[in-house]
Amino acid sequence: MVQASTVPNLPNVPNATTIDSSLILLDEKLPGGAYWHGIIKRGNTLRVTDLARSQGVSLICYNADSPIERLNVADTAKIQFNAFLKQGMVLYSDMGRILGSITADTSGHHDLICGCSNAASNAAKYGAGAYNKYGESDYNNSRNNFLKALAKRGLTRKDLMPNLNLFSRVSVHPNGDLEYVTGYEQAGSYVDLRAEMNLLVVISNCPHVLHPATVYQPQPIQLTVWRSPTPTPDDLCRTANAEVMRGFINTDALFAQV
Amino acid sequence: MVTTLPIELDPATAIYDEELPARQPWSRVVKQGQILRIIDLQGNQAVDTLFYNAHDPSERYSAPDTVVRQGNIFITTGTQLMSNDGNVMMTVIHDDCGKHDTLGGACSMESNSVRYGLHKKHLHACVENFLLELSKYEMNKRDLVSNVNFYMNVPVSDDGTLEIVDGISEAGKMIDLRAEMDVMVLISNCPQINNPCNAYNPTPARLIIWDAA
Repeated sequence: MVQASTVPNLPNVPNATTIDSSLILLDEKLPGGAYWHGIIKRGNTLRVTDLARSQGVSLICYNADSPIERLNVADTAKIQFNAFLKQGMVLYSDMGRILGSITADTSGHHDLICGCSNAASNAAKYGAGAYNKYGESDYNNSRNNFLKALAKRGLTRKDLMPNLNLFSRVSVHPNGDLEYVTGYEQAGSYVDLRAEMNLLVVISNCPHVLHPATVYQPQPIQLTVWRSPTPTPDDLCRTANAEVMRGFINTDALFAQV
Repeated sequence: MVTTLPIELDPATAIYDEELPARQPWSRVVKQGQILRIIDLQGNQAVDTLFYNAHDPSERYSAPDTVVRQGNIFITTGTQLMSNDGNVMMTVIHDDCGKHDTLGGACSMESNSVRYGLHKKHLHACVENFLLELSKYEMNKRDLVSNVNFYMNVPVSDDGTLEIVDGISEAGKMIDLRAEMDVMVLISNCPQINNPCNAYNPTPARLIIWDAA
């Protein structure tokens, strides 16, 4: 069964590494409940910053040049022997290639298991919901956000696969029970995702499906795309293990003719 | 571990009863109310499985919706297999193995090249089975999502460590699934020989279907 708990005090979040403003290509605040989609060119980095104790951020990504190649959360966990994303890990596609690298991460709590919110899960948690002046429910959910973003790029629900969730601590007990643990979220924490191929990223800034809050209060995040440095030969993500080195051989071959 | 008494279903009254050879794909529509039994004939054989609404395959099994609905990452007696539209596709009405995997996904040529070496790319893999079988329905890789691995054991530790470990299944273990809608069931009887999911030795499974009682 699902449980929920809260951890007590955490140390303050380390100071964010400031990005030189001349390197910033896009800098946008995404309100709670909203979605974003964009292409991050190979070599550039998307920083997602928790501005106000996020309740979770759902994310999917695709090979922008051929979106039938897409995030595979099962391969991402299985190949790296871990279900929790952290700095130094990568996102694997379903073609044995690397979509993006987690080059920095001050949160350390990201979820590959639980998928995303939908209309039914929102209704169960928050009730029928308020409607804004445009007649739309204010209680946006991630599944519908993903479907809208994909539709704007000619993609359909067949192109939607299990997502990952940033800034979400979900424990798995030995008997398999899932537990969402609040208290790990911290304003100012961030994660850097370096694109290892031209990457279509879709983000839905709606609370994690298991977040225990019964009031709908998604918090804003900052999205910053920046021209990140060329990886050095000892780049952590490119050299973390034998598997990832082979994954990058597969990935770099995509660009052999560029 | 949940164990219940075997349900008294007589194979003599079944409408389908076949052995699925090692390494082979399979698909068939299981109609609402029908019961599909999957038997691990020789033990420790991963049976990679996906489910589609037989009338609209864009509705398909969703691993996240299933684990969130259950609050648990394992499949066993009582588990409802959920679709991406939030509908119950299948209910596990009997399981004498105890737990089945929702997280490990399927092996593919491409992921094998990463996991086991570039020279292992051209070994047989579940995704190859899935794609060839789906081609009968003019479906393709867009239709593949995280699948169920019956009889596969993938525990997760507190720090997130996840690994396919030696199976908990043994010869003769069975799981019974009741279809809650008309479901197209897609199976790859896993050909993987590089990890313990099949005890390094792919073996056959037996598939039995009964009509609704």
